[in-house]
Order: sequence, then C-alpha cells, then structure tokens
Amino acid sequence: MNQADLIPHLFRTESRKITAVLCKLFGIENMELAEDITGETFLSALEIWPYKGFPENPTAWLYTVAKNKTRNYLTRRQTFSEKITPNLPAQEADDLLSHIDLSEQNIMDSQLQMLFAICHPVLPTEAQIGLALRILCGFGIEEIANAFLTNKETINKRLFRAKEKLRQEKVKIEFPSESEIAKRMEAVLATLYLLYNEGYYSESQDTVLREDLCLEAMRLTYLLLENEKTNQPPVNALLALMCFHSSRFPARKNQNGEIVLYQDQDETLWNQELIVKGAYYFQQASKGKTLSKYHLEAGIAWWHTQKTDTPEKWENILQMYNRLLQIEYSPIAALNRTFALSKANGKTEALREAEKLCLTGNPYYHTLLGELYEDIDNKKARQHLETALTFARTPADRQAIKKKLDNF
Amino acid sequence: MDEFILIFRHEDGGKLASPEQMQAWMKQTMDWIGGIAAQNKYVSGTGLPFDDARVVKATAAGKIVTNGPFGDIKETIGGYIVVRADSVEEAVEFAKGSPVLLGEGNSVEVRKIAKEDKTQ
Repeated sequence: MNQADLIPHLFRTESRKITAVLCKLFGIENMELAEDITGETFLSALEIWPYKGFPENPTAWLYTVAKNKTRNYLTRRQTFSEKITPNLPAQEADDLLSHIDLSEQNIMDSQLQMLFAICHPVLPTEAQIGLALRILCGFGIEEIANAFLTNKETINKRLFRAKEKLRQEKVKIEFPSESEIAKRMEAVLATLYLLYNEGYYSESQDTVLREDLCLEAMRLTYLLLENEKTNQPPVNALLALMCFHSSRFPARKNQNGEIVLYQDQDETLWNQELIVKGAYYFQQASKGKTLSKYHLEAGIAWWHTQKTDTPEKWENILQMYNRLLQIEYSPIAALNRTFALSKANGKTEALREAEKLCLTGNPYYHTLLGELYEDIDNKKARQHLETALTFARTPADRQAIKKKLDNF
Repeated sequence: MDEFILIFRHEDGGKLASPEQMQAWMKQTMDWIGGIAAQNKYVSGTGLPFDDARVVKATAAGKIVTNGPFGDIKETIGGYIVVRADSVEEAVEFAKGSPVLLGEGNSVEVRKIAKEDKTQ
C-alpha cells in the first residue's frame, strides 16, 4: 500500500477501534468526546506524517497519540471530575489512563459491547445502521449519506438524535446478561442483516461503497462468532447467508456497470471460496435445535449457488419459503415463493396463487405476473410488465423490465 | 380482521398410509399453508402426532384415561392452523383448499377465535 492510501485505510480500520475503546471507557453519554479524540488523533497524523515521514509502526503511533490526547483532555477539563469520573471504576485521572487498554482483546470486547449498545431497541433501525456505520465501521458522514441516498445534514441530524436517545435511556456499553442475551441478539442480527441488505440491494450507484457495506456487515457478524457466548447457530446461519450472496458480486455487474440478473449471470465468475466458507458456517449453524429465518434464508441462498435448474432445487427452495413465510411475512418472500412455486408445481398453479397476493402497485409483483403469463397469455404478460415499468423505482429495475418487454 | 381456527378432522386416523403417500400429503399441506402465509394470513398452527396421545373421560366411576384418540372414537383431530380472515366466508375459502379434504369423510371445522377484551 502506498503512503497516500495508508491514512484513509488506517482511518477505516483503526478509528473504529480507538472510538470503541474510548466510548467504553467514557460511557455512552460521552460518545462524541470519544469520536472527537479519535478525529483529532487522525488530524495529527495528517499534519505530522507528511512532514516527518511515516512512523515505523503507524498503528502504535496512533494509539499513543490517542492516549496522550485523552490525558490532555482530562487534565484540561475542569468538569472532568463531575462529568466523567462517576462513571469510572477509578477516581483519578492517572488511574483512568491506565484503563485505556488498546490491546486486541479489549478492542474486540469493546466493539462487541458497542454493537449491543447501538443495536438497542430504543433506536429506530435507520439510526442503528447509521451509528453502526459511523462508530463500528469508521465510515465518514458523506459515505453514510451516499449509502442512504441522502445528504450529510440528514445523517448528522439522525446520528445526533440517536446519541441523544442513548444518553437519555442511559444505555450501558456492556455485555447483556445471560438471560437478556437471546432477546438482544435478535435485534443485533436484524440490524446486521439490514446493514448487509442495504449494501446488497441499495439503490446507490457506488458499487465500491455498496460492497464495503456488505463486507462490514460480515465483519461485525464474524465478531459475534469470535465470542463463545454469541457464537450461536442463527449467527452462523446469517454469516452463511452473507457468504452465499456475496459470492455473486463479481457476476452481478457487466462491463457497463449494469446489473446482471441471476439467470443471466456467468456462474464461472461466482466466488467459489466464499461459497465454501458459507457452507462451513451453514454446517456450524445446524448445531442446536433452533430454526431461525436466517437458517431458511441461508438454505435458499445455498440452493441459488447451484445454477442448474433441477426439480429438487426448486422443491427445496419452495419448502423453505413456505416455512420462512410462516416465521415472518414479507412481500419479497411472498413473491419469491410464488416464483419457486411456478418452477416446482407449474405456472398455472403459481398464477392462481399470485392473483391472491394483493400486491398491486409493487413493481416486482407485476414483473412476476408478467413472467408467469408469458406463453399463457402474452397480452396480459405485456400489460403487467408495462405496469411494472410505471412503478419501478430504480434505473436498474427499469432497464431489466424493458429488456423483458423487448421479448414481446 | 378476525382470527379463525381450522381444525382438521380425519375420518379414520388409524388407517396406515404408505410413506410415499405421507410425503405427498406433507408437500400438499406445506404448499397450502405456504400459500396462506404468502397472503400474510397465517397466524400459527401445528400437526398433532398420535404418539403420547391420551383421552381423559369423565364417567360415573371417575376419570378414566385411555390411550390415544382411537378406540371407540372413530374421528381424530390431526392438526390445526389459525388464520387471519375478514369474514368466516374467507376462512372457509382457505379451508376448502386444505389437502385434508382429499380424504373422503374428512372435514375441516372452521371456528372463530374468541377475542379478548382489548381496551384500545
């Protein structure tokens, strides 16, 4: 890596570690202070490194500067004793400094505890994802704004409100108790799942950023697997699901940057290494008795890594969608289930079922009906595709529908 | 929207089916329930296996426990599902699709679930 790329790279990988450790130390009510000290640390690096040359061990340099800045802050601030000390195990500033533990273990623990604090049910999901990207992934405000297709101001406001809420609710940065962990895990997994989907299905045109979101979601999920208390079957299932989906990244875009639909993808481009990894986590997920929605979705995703259409493939996918919908309904699952039904039981039955879904106005619903009516009633097929086109929200979707319409 | 329970009554639960037949029924049942769930109308449900089944009956001689729902009772309950529906007619439409009705003499009983008083 050349030196110009080093600082942004370190910012991404190290800022989140320093912030998590400092947050944990100061308490969640002082999250901004932790962010400020981290920010100043990197500012120093930007000022000093180009002059004096890059340090031999940049990470160690950053940790030392972060510690010094914390010390300066603590001695400077008069309010320190009232504001921060009561939350700390030690009373003295010096004692406090000895608590700035930037060891690998403490970084991991702090990040994991921050993950639980941020994925707290008192926060709206969008705020959880935003905070996770900022605090746990080290994303800049502009990157987050891009991912959500909004502006920096909106994101700043959203993050500010989220931090206020965590402060008001006195959310603690700690590992949930044994009895609470199952309930809180559900919220954490839901956020990681959405973070991944944000990257995978995002309407943002920035491919690199989108893949980064997916990778970050995978990294945080992996963090849960590294702790034995949170290494649970549904977490393994979620990571398996992410691996199977991510295996298709290289095949999802053509040279012009246009989305390539699943059935048109060149499967030789699929990342076999990720598929094998996914299969490993899926196997780990099968220990235990729980069957979570992530198990079912991972199972469905595994079958999609098999490109060849076989009756077995679609029968399995159909049955998994049948069960998934019983656990949790979503329009997209209902539509995918109906598609699987057409593959497993035939178009006539699928059409009958599709008409009952009541999803008029959903572009994917009309696209599905367009596909099902093809060769049965081409006029209706065309009408549905045209309707789908009027409801489609993204250029990629419109382009895919137009391509289908060209077939008539 | 109300909730209705659809109770599957089998005319002769003691009759043995071949594994292939069982598998075919299973698929039909799962596809039927999946179709209801795809309309966001599925609430809950379960099959009721015949293992560990007992009947407790009040008699003049006291409470008598017998094995299983078989014996002198010919009809057995094989399972149930609870669905959401706007009317009993809609619930009946769901019931009509049940693969249980492929067996002659079988029936699906549709009953509305009593609502608890909800002070909104």
